[in-house]
Amino acid sequence: MATDRHAETAQLKFRDPQRAAQLRAAIERTVAEVGHAPVTIMHVCGSHEQAIAKFGLRSILPPAIDLIMGPGCPVCITDMPEVDEAVALSARGVRVATYGDMIRVPGTTKSLADAQADGARVHVVYSVAQAVEMARTTTDEVVFFATGFETTAVATAAVLLAGTPHNFSVLSAHKYVPPAMELVASLPDTRIEGFLAAGHAATITGWRLFEPMARKYHTPIVVAGFEPLDILAAILRLVELVRDRRAEVVNMYPRCVSPDGNRNALDQMWRVFELTGGHWRGIAWVPDGNLQLRAEWAHVDARTRFGLGVRTRDDQPAVVTDCICGEIMIGRAAPTDCTLFGTTCLPESPVGACMVSSEGTCRIWYQYGGQPNLAGTAR
Amino acid sequence: MTTLRRPPLPRIDDRVTLKHGAGGRAMRALIQGLFAKGAPPVSDDSIGLAALDDGAALRLGDGWIVLTTDSHVVQPIVFPGGDIGRLAVSGTVNDLAMMGATEVLGLTCAVIIEEGFPTAQLERLHASVREACEEAGATIVTGDTKVMGRGEIDGIVFNTAGVAFTRRVVRDNGLRPGDRIIVTGTVGDHGMAIMAARHQLSLEGDLRSDVAPINGLVRAAMRAGGEGVAAMKDPTRGGVSSALHEMAQKSGVGVIIDELALPVRAEVRAAAELLGLEPLLIANEGKALIAVRREVEAAVLDALRAHPLGRDAAVIGTAVDEFHGSVVLDTGLGRRLLAEPEGEPLPRIC
Repeated sequence: MATDRHAETAQLKFRDPQRAAQLRAAIERTVAEVGHAPVTIMHVCGSHEQAIAKFGLRSILPPAIDLIMGPGCPVCITDMPEVDEAVALSARGVRVATYGDMIRVPGTTKSLADAQADGARVHVVYSVAQAVEMARTTTDEVVFFATGFETTAVATAAVLLAGTPHNFSVLSAHKYVPPAMELVASLPDTRIEGFLAAGHAATITGWRLFEPMARKYHTPIVVAGFEPLDILAAILRLVELVRDRRAEVVNMYPRCVSPDGNRNALDQMWRVFELTGGHWRGIAWVPDGNLQLRAEWAHVDARTRFGLGVRTRDDQPAVVTDCICGEIMIGRAAPTDCTLFGTTCLPESPVGACMVSSEGTCRIWYQYGGQPNLAGTAR
Repeated sequence: MTTLRRPPLPRIDDRVTLKHGAGGRAMRALIQGLFAKGAPPVSDDSIGLAALDDGAALRLGDGWIVLTTDSHVVQPIVFPGGDIGRLAVSGTVNDLAMMGATEVLGLTCAVIIEEGFPTAQLERLHASVREACEEAGATIVTGDTKVMGRGEIDGIVFNTAGVAFTRRVVRDNGLRPGDRIIVTGTVGDHGMAIMAARHQLSLEGDLRSDVAPINGLVRAAMRAGGEGVAAMKDPTRGGVSSALHEMAQKSGVGVIIDELALPVRAEVRAAAELLGLEPLLIANEGKALIAVRREVEAAVLDALRAHPLGRDAAVIGTAVDEFHGSVVLDTGLGRRLLAEPEGEPLPRIC
C-alpha cells in the first residue's frame, strides 16, 4: 500500500536512510583523519542547498565539517544595474519577459514588480521559448531579460540560433560559474578546502573543465548530484581528497555528467555568447564571469538595439548597507549572522536578493525554519 | 536544551490581503490584534475567542456548551471527493469534535447565493449537506438565505454554525513532553485535490479530497483513550505543520515528527514533489491530530484503525521538552526545523 515505509524507501534509492547512515559514519571517520578541524567545503548551487536543507543533512554531518553555500543563485548575483536596465526598458513601453524569481529583485530604485505596478508590461515566462512565442503574437518589442548560469544560457542560445521574430531581443545577464569558483578560491583569506560542483551545470560543461582550477588553487573539486545520497557520497569523496592532499576533480554524478559535457549545447552557447568581465551583485567584479552576446548577434542584443548607456552603480539605499548577501555568497557569513534575516528581511518583503529567489541561501534557510543546523539534538 | 529564535507575528497591514484568510501567522495576527482585542473575558472555566481554539466552550452545569462557526468559499465548488456543501457540514462538525464535543445538538446553515446560480446545482449541494449531516448524526435546525446581484459574490458562500454539549473539553494546548502524536489518516489529500482541480493538473492517479465529518472517529478515540487524550486539532489550512506549531506553542513544548512514519498517499506525494510542496503544509478536511499519553497510545491507535475513516492512522511524532514552540522534522536522513507556514499556499480552499 501507498503508505508502506519500506516500499517507499526501496523506491527512492537515493534517499535510503541506511545508506545515508553508512556514508555519515564514513565521513566522520575520514574527517578525523584529516588532521585539522574544521574542514571547510563549499557548494555553489541553490539546488544543493535546497536538498541539504530539506533533508536536514547538516544535522548529521560531523561538527568537523563546515559546509557552506557559495555564489550558487543566479538571481542573487544578477547586479542592480542589470535590473535597472530591464526596468528602464519596461519604462520605455517595451514588453519585458523574464523568469518569475527576477520580478521582485530590487534594482537601484525599483524592481520589475514595482515597474509593473507603475503600469509597465512585465511578463513571467517559464522558458525563453515562451518569450519568443509572445513576440510572435504581438507587434510590440519584446525583450527577454536573460538570467541564469550556463544551464539557462544554453537555452537562450538555442532559440536565437533557431531564429527569432524581428521584434525580439535579449538583455543578457547570464553568468558563467567556473570563474566565480576561481574567484572564491583565490580570495587571500579563503578557508575553502574543497568544492562541490553543481551536477546540472557540469552536465553542460563537463567535469574536465574544472581540472586547471583544481591544480592552480590546490583545491579538490567533486561534481555532485542532488539527491541526499548523491550529496553525502560527494562530501565523503571530497573529504578523502582533502585528507590525501590530492587536488583532483572527481565526478560523483556519472549518471548525468561526462568528461566533456554536452558538446552540442556548448557549441551552441559559444556560437552566441562570449565571456566578459562583470560585477556579481554583492560579491565583486568577476573576470570572465558574464556571458554577453557576440558582436554578430548585435541585432538581437537589447543593449545595442535600445542604446542602453554605460552602466553605473549608484549609491545603494540605506537599508541595503546592512544586508550581508555578498558575505553570505562567498561563504564568510551565514544568514543567521545577518541582523535583517527574519526580522526586516522576509520572503514577503525581501531586502537582499538572497531572500528573493527560491535558490537564495536566506530564502532556503527561512523556508526550512531559519536554522538548518540542528546538530547535537539526537533523540 | 535548545532554544530557537522565532520571528514575531507580523504587524497588521493597511489593507487586508488574501494571506489574512490563509490560516497562518498573518491571520492569527489579525484575529489577535483586531478581532480579539478588548473582547471581554469569558468566565474562568470557559474558552473564548482569545484562546484561538477550534471553537468556544461555555460552562453549563456539569459540562460545556461548545459552539463554533465556519464560512466556506472554496473554488471550485465541486471538486474530486466532495463539494462546498459537504465541506460546510464537515468543517463545523469537526471543529466541535476537536473540542471533545462529538454529539452534535444542531447545526445552522446560511447560504449567500449569486443571482443566476443554477437551481439544479443548489439541489445537488443541498443533497451533499444532507448526506454529510447523516454521516455526522447531525441536523440542520435553522438557516438563512440571501441572494446578491450578479458579480457581487462569486457563486455561493456557505456559513454553518454548530452547537454541542460535552462533559469533557479537549483543548489544543494540553501537550506534555512524552505525549505521542497520532494523525488519523493520510495527509495532504484535500489541498492537493483542490490544487489539481483548480489548475487542471492532469496528474496520473486519483487525487481526492478527504472531506468528511470525523466526529464518530474522534468519539472512538476518546472512548479508547479517556483522560489520556491530551490535545486535539484538525490540520486544515496550513496543514499538519500549522496545527502542530499552534499546539506546540500553546502547550510550551517542542514536537519531533518522524517523516517516514507520515501516511501520505503515493499520488499526493508525487504531486507534491512535482510542485515543490510539502505534504505536511497541505490542507486536510477529514483528519485530526490527536495527542495522547503514552499509556493509551496503543488503545487509541487500535480504536482509530478499527474505524473506516481511521484505517491509515499512525503515530507520527512525540512532544519533547526542548525546541519549545517549534516542530522538528526527522527526515530519516537528518533533522531540520519544519517552517511555520504563512498559511495555505493557495487561497479559497475551504
